Amino acid sequence: MISQFQKYLFFIMLVACVTMAAFLIRLRNRAQDRLQAQAMSAPSEMAETARSAPQTVTLYVPNDLDDSLTAVEKSISLPADRNAQARVILENLVEAYRAPESTHPMNVASGIVDVYFLAVPQGKDETGGGGQMAVIDLSGALAQAQPSGIEPETLTLLSMMATLHANLPAVTQVHFLVDGQPRETLAGHADLTRTYLAAEQTSVQRGAPGAGGL
Amino acid sequence: MRWIEAAAALGIAAGAAGWAQSPPAQNPPAPQLPQAPGVPSVPSPTPPQVQPPRFVVVVDAAHGGADTGAQIGNGVLEKEITLGMAGRLRSTLRARGIEVVTTRTGDVNLAPADRAETANHAQGAACLTIHATATGSGVHLFTSSLTPTANTRFMPWGTAQSAYVTQSLKLESEIDSALAHAAIPVSLGRASVEPMDSMTCPEVAVEIAPLVGGHVTSAKPVTDVSYQKQVVDAVAAALEQWRSDWRQ
Repeated sequence: MISQFQKYLFFIMLVACVTMAAFLIRLRNRAQDRLQAQAMSAPSEMAETARSAPQTVTLYVPNDLDDSLTAVEKSISLPADRNAQARVILENLVEAYRAPESTHPMNVASGIVDVYFLAVPQGKDETGGGGQMAVIDLSGALAQAQPSGIEPETLTLLSMMATLHANLPAVTQVHFLVDGQPRETLAGHADLTRTYLAAEQTSVQRGAPGAGGL
Repeated sequence: MRWIEAAAALGIAAGAAGWAQSPPAQNPPAPQLPQAPGVPSVPSPTPPQVQPPRFVVVVDAAHGGADTGAQIGNGVLEKEITLGMAGRLRSTLRARGIEVVTTRTGDVNLAPADRAETANHAQGAACLTIHATATGSGVHLFTSSLTPTANTRFMPWGTAQSAYVTQSLKLESEIDSALAHAAIPVSLGRASVEPMDSMTCPEVAVEIAPLVGGHVTSAKPVTDVSYQKQVVDAVAAALEQWRSDWRQ
């Protein structure tokens, strides 16, 4: 026989259980709302890689036959991140090398591993201002596909430096790595141990029989 | 770093010391003083013979040994073409009475510093590095991309060429004219290529590329011996002209 006291105790405990369950559900919902709100306010990885509306960039495309660089304008969507912007611009340049009608043919799928920026201390830059040094990390595949010779290798470096300086004028110096490592030459000729001045590479003249040049 | 003068006295190579010594300047002959009137004339001592400066051309065949250079096509390597052309140029220049020093005469791999040491030791009036490539057209002439500086007795090894850039550009211009006269397309450029920047002489890198057919030229591969001879003859003619221009 169940006593009256036990019946009251059972109902009280039942009500307490239901109340606690409701309270926990409410806490869970509030925590979920708070996490969602944080996720909405913080930039997500997708947002970082999201690209803006197409912008016009200038690519300096080399021509092996007359040792010239031709400025070609192209409209591309650039990411917000500056390092990624430089990489995308240079990848578009490598795409121009790869094109069937390329004047500087190179059969390489992806040429740029990454681009980093370092501040150049005032007074150490030969161009006068501080500016930035871009460290272009080329892929081993690009170095492998690069035709060997002073002219083709120099044209590759000049086109990258001129393209970078044209689109990111703060870049005053450029240094090259291959797969993250220092390397003596690109493909047996052009020196990769030195740091190049980016600004002077934009004064490109046209080569012709008897006159002109890089 | 050690000073090159002490290094030279001890017979140590300049490159190892990290400095390059510029060739000594030619001292002009001492002026003759006018003789006082009334003083009996005595036979003046024979003025010392002023030897004209030696005109030496240094020819550096790029690559060699394990460093094969570019693959030119049909299994031909750049090191073979450069050695062949350097040999032809040496013979042509010697036939014209020009003294020639070569960095290599066989299939050996020389370090860039060794090449520069040979050229600097020879005190070359002109230094040419021969290259070959499978891309482009005609002949590519390159001089150092270093900014010209004043000549000093001791130059840092890695940038010694900076004191000779102006002369290198003049030499490049002579070769450009001679090649244009031979109807060979030429392109001029500045580049950073070893061992050019360590040389203390007017230095030009001559890179031979295939000849693309045009309205005045017919297509010729780099391996075409007649094309190579045409280039060598033009370069030799330019160096003969340089022999009378290089001290100016």
